[in-house]
Amino acid sequence: MRPVTNNREFIACRTAKFFKDGDLVNLGIGMPTLCLEYIPEGIDVWVDSENGVIGLLGAPQEGETAPADVVDAGGHPSMLREGGCCFDSFRSFGYIRGGHVAATVLGAYEVDAEGNLANWMIPGKAAAGMGGAMDLVSGAKITIVMSTHTDKEGNPKFVQHTDMPLTGYHCVDYFVSELAVIHVTKDGPVLEEIAPTTTVEEVVAKTGAKLIIPEKVGCMA
Amino acid sequence: MSKSKVVTLQEAMTHCYNGMTVLIPGFVNCGVPVTLIDGILESGITEVNVISNNTSIKGEGIGKLVHAGVIKKITCSHIGSNTETMEKVVAGEINVNFVPQGSLSEKVRAGGAGIGGILTPAGVHTPMEEGKQLLEWDDEKGEFKFVKSSDPQVGSRYILELPLHADVAIIHAWKADKMGNVVYNHTARNFNEVFATAADYVIVEAEHIVEVGELGPNEIMTPGAIVDCVVQARGYEG
Repeated sequence: MRPVTNNREFIACRTAKFFKDGDLVNLGIGMPTLCLEYIPEGIDVWVDSENGVIGLLGAPQEGETAPADVVDAGGHPSMLREGGCCFDSFRSFGYIRGGHVAATVLGAYEVDAEGNLANWMIPGKAAAGMGGAMDLVSGAKITIVMSTHTDKEGNPKFVQHTDMPLTGYHCVDYFVSELAVIHVTKDGPVLEEIAPTTTVEEVVAKTGAKLIIPEKVGCMA
Repeated sequence: MSKSKVVTLQEAMTHCYNGMTVLIPGFVNCGVPVTLIDGILESGITEVNVISNNTSIKGEGIGKLVHAGVIKKITCSHIGSNTETMEKVVAGEINVNFVPQGSLSEKVRAGGAGIGGILTPAGVHTPMEEGKQLLEWDDEKGEFKFVKSSDPQVGSRYILELPLHADVAIIHAWKADKMGNVVYNHTARNFNEVFATAADYVIVEAEHIVEVGELGPNEIMTPGAIVDCVVQARGYEG
């Protein structure tokens, strides 16, 4: 397993522990793709990509050549494992909306206490588009957001109520940052785990929503 | 003996025209009909309405049409991989209509399959609701009812997405036989298979054109019966 040397890798390493043996998981472009490097020993997951493929293995390593016309959700060449398969876009999204994907992992501008996700447009700025994110969060069994705990200006990314245009409504189950794991429940957001390097007080101070603090908060590892 | 549908690029382009709505498949740079895109550019066709998932990357694939300024409007899910498209949208040179990626392929599927529309949960409570009808399932009555965005949600809520159908579809095949039966390669299949079903005129470019009978009935992904003509893709000749 790749050593954890920075926050991105720490977040990916924790997120990968949500996966169960045999899960079909969809990893968004960027940080979520890093989860592939941290799949726990003995856990075999199948990676779904919305462009129509199950069984992606990631970018070719030195000495490997990706098969022709096998790309990931970012359009980059990827290796395909034995038993992997390709299909049309409408079938791809049938599997996605149809509840066949155990977990979808993506990034966020903001997540709020009700599990609302904003990750596709910032009002007043040019929008890149939502790609497959709206379909993914509407159909995957669980939605996991991987994110830094605060933005570049230090503002919390987990807020009480987001006013940004939504990607999905009441869809986020877990928010994983370099500081904490927050589980969005019907009763509200529960602080389930904190990083070994922080305190509950620091996490609460850097979170924009009222967190439910259980008697025993776990340690991210 | 089946009649060959193989034509030259110039012959195929006589079915394309100014102001046409065209389905262009591809995912970033994978499975994009680049020869037919060149054909559109070489024919001087303009004011095109494009339905595609994205616009490739700057200056490549669909990005060539963006760069040449021949696209009037685009219906797609993502333009972030092409900075030039973003700039032209901001400048008001291209009108963009975003649709969630799964809804896009399903709208086209409906258009090609004679279905009046589809109900999808994707985009509920987001800006995707604007200008569209919303339905909610009433479990007690066992029926759907129309609702407004501002109504509190009680049951399962869906957006009614209407079918998409185009004048022309340009398709990229790995192999095609001379009557237009098609096999796609790996993830180059993406939007090709569904886009080939939803246009008045379907043009296929193929990396390899083979004799009828060489593609078996279990491997053909798009039946030649719905394809109008086949063009040799550039760079794969011989």
